[in-house]
Amino acid sequence: MNTRFPSWLIKVVALLMTYLIVFALISAGAIDDYVLITMVTICINIILATSLNLITGFTGQFSLGHAGFMAIGAYTTALITMRFPSIWAFLGGVLLGAIIAAIVGFLIGLPTLRLRGDYLAIATLGMAEIIRVLLLNFEFTNGAAGLSGIPRNVDWTWLFVFTAGSVLLISNFLKSIPGRDLIAIREDEIAASSIGINAVRAKTLAFVVGAFFGGLAGGLYSAYFYFIKPDLFGFLKSIDILIIVVLGGLGSLSGSVIAAILLALISTWLQDFPEMRMIIYGLILVVIMVFRPQGLLGDRELSMDTFKRIVPRRRKGTS
Amino acid sequence: MEQVFQQVINGLSLGSIYALIALGYTMVYGIIKLINFAHGDVYMVGAFVGYFSMSTFKLGFVESLLIAMMICTMLGVLIERVAYRPLRNSSRIAVLITAIGVSLLLEYTMMYFVGAGVRSYPPLPGFLNGSFTVGGVVIKNMQLVIIGVSVTLMILLQFIVRKTKVGRAMRAVSQDAEAARLMGINVDNTISLTFALGSALAGAAGVLVGVYYNSINPLMGLMPGLKAFVAAVFGGIGLIPGALIGAYMVGLLETGVVATGYSMFRDGVVFAVLIIILIVKPTGLLGKNIKEKV
Repeated sequence: MNTRFPSWLIKVVALLMTYLIVFALISAGAIDDYVLITMVTICINIILATSLNLITGFTGQFSLGHAGFMAIGAYTTALITMRFPSIWAFLGGVLLGAIIAAIVGFLIGLPTLRLRGDYLAIATLGMAEIIRVLLLNFEFTNGAAGLSGIPRNVDWTWLFVFTAGSVLLISNFLKSIPGRDLIAIREDEIAASSIGINAVRAKTLAFVVGAFFGGLAGGLYSAYFYFIKPDLFGFLKSIDILIIVVLGGLGSLSGSVIAAILLALISTWLQDFPEMRMIIYGLILVVIMVFRPQGLLGDRELSMDTFKRIVPRRRKGTS
Repeated sequence: MEQVFQQVINGLSLGSIYALIALGYTMVYGIIKLINFAHGDVYMVGAFVGYFSMSTFKLGFVESLLIAMMICTMLGVLIERVAYRPLRNSSRIAVLITAIGVSLLLEYTMMYFVGAGVRSYPPLPGFLNGSFTVGGVVIKNMQLVIIGVSVTLMILLQFIVRKTKVGRAMRAVSQDAEAARLMGINVDNTISLTFALGSALAGAAGVLVGVYYNSINPLMGLMPGLKAFVAAVFGGIGLIPGALIGAYMVGLLETGVVATGYSMFRDGVVFAVLIIILIVKPTGLLGKNIKEKV
């Protein structure tokens, strides 16, 4: 590839432009609170979806418990910032929440990753349910009523930094040696083991990293929406995240980003008809699996190369 | 002691309901290796069909039970035909996600039509409402009906699976679909039949729960569905006796947790037990260990 600009420079410029344009629009008042809420939802969903994609799409480990990690992050951040309302406590809280989620991911991941496919799915689902039941019953989480009055520390700048940072970190992680191990395991676990990849360690790592970013997204959630309760992080939330990943394509980070935006728009559009929204979600899942099981982008990525490829000659097949 | 017996009776009725649902899970899993997430929602539909047949059409308990079973049978076959059959050769994850999609579709279509609120079944004829006392233990007639209906249906199922030609076909397909096809078994029909049987049982469970707990809503299938699945895994998924044992154990466990005053934790305990079982013996109590070959 003989471009005049190094590709990282294009990325940095594109990201900065996005940030500045939106920042200018917010300052100018062109983006009101209502639109901003949708954008926050989109960004949080992007982090959740890319981190779940790391586990399910890239490593091939089916997890139905991502909302559990999110809950841990959300509650940690909320409890810390409610006690010490400062920006440093917020940053520390988000980080701590993500770390605790990662530790839980490790504890859950290590034993349950001996399971495969359906069994793992059901074990992760059970894990998320247990977290939810514990949150419902602990004294300090205020049970089913949840926590309210959480200081809002997330503005567009933090949101952007965390979202872009998470996606970049996850995508760079996938290009590293441990990251490539994960893809090898998805393709064929036995073959991967036979060439010396420690499958259990790699899968646990995927769970830990995925859980970390899941927790981080939860922290952002509670630091923006003032209010959290255990039922927000139930089975349906996990499914919500899974739908984004599946729609975008298992194994495509850019797919997850696009799907997160698309679904947020659909659900904003349908928010007066909550049942309709879920019916459409259900239909999307079934129709996509029947007609395009690889999702919108499959395991391809939308990148600078794609744009270059659109202009000349014919479409290149997947390698 | 009476307390214990009382809880055992309660646990057995709850377990019977889980057993009816778990059988559908385990049969479908046994035959096409799919966790049919929509199964809990078929049970929900059964409960609503029973509700409408009793309240709107003023039919009796037995007729409603049969109607619910029939409609759920059709629903189960339809789901398999429309959503799962096109995916027969896809990856397991694809089918599992489809099942989740079907589940959402059933839940919220129902909610769209009947609303999200809780509904209660119409009052029952005298006999079903009664109860009697044996040595200090109160047994509701309804509990006996639940256990009776469940056991009858399970015996019927066992008869179909073990003694009839279609049952033999089902067992053959679950062992090796390809070989069964070569022996002249119509695999697609056999799978449809499995869905039909499982859904009929779920429909029956729906009506029984509606009558017993007297409250139904469009999302009621979620938790019992998951717990019935836990029960199926508990006993060894794919095995009919395993589902029975697992379901009664989950029923008793849950009732025990509630009786000792930790009712808020009951879902958590069930799932904790599930995870422990999966880690210690992933194939369940009765399952055999199958090594994956390269």
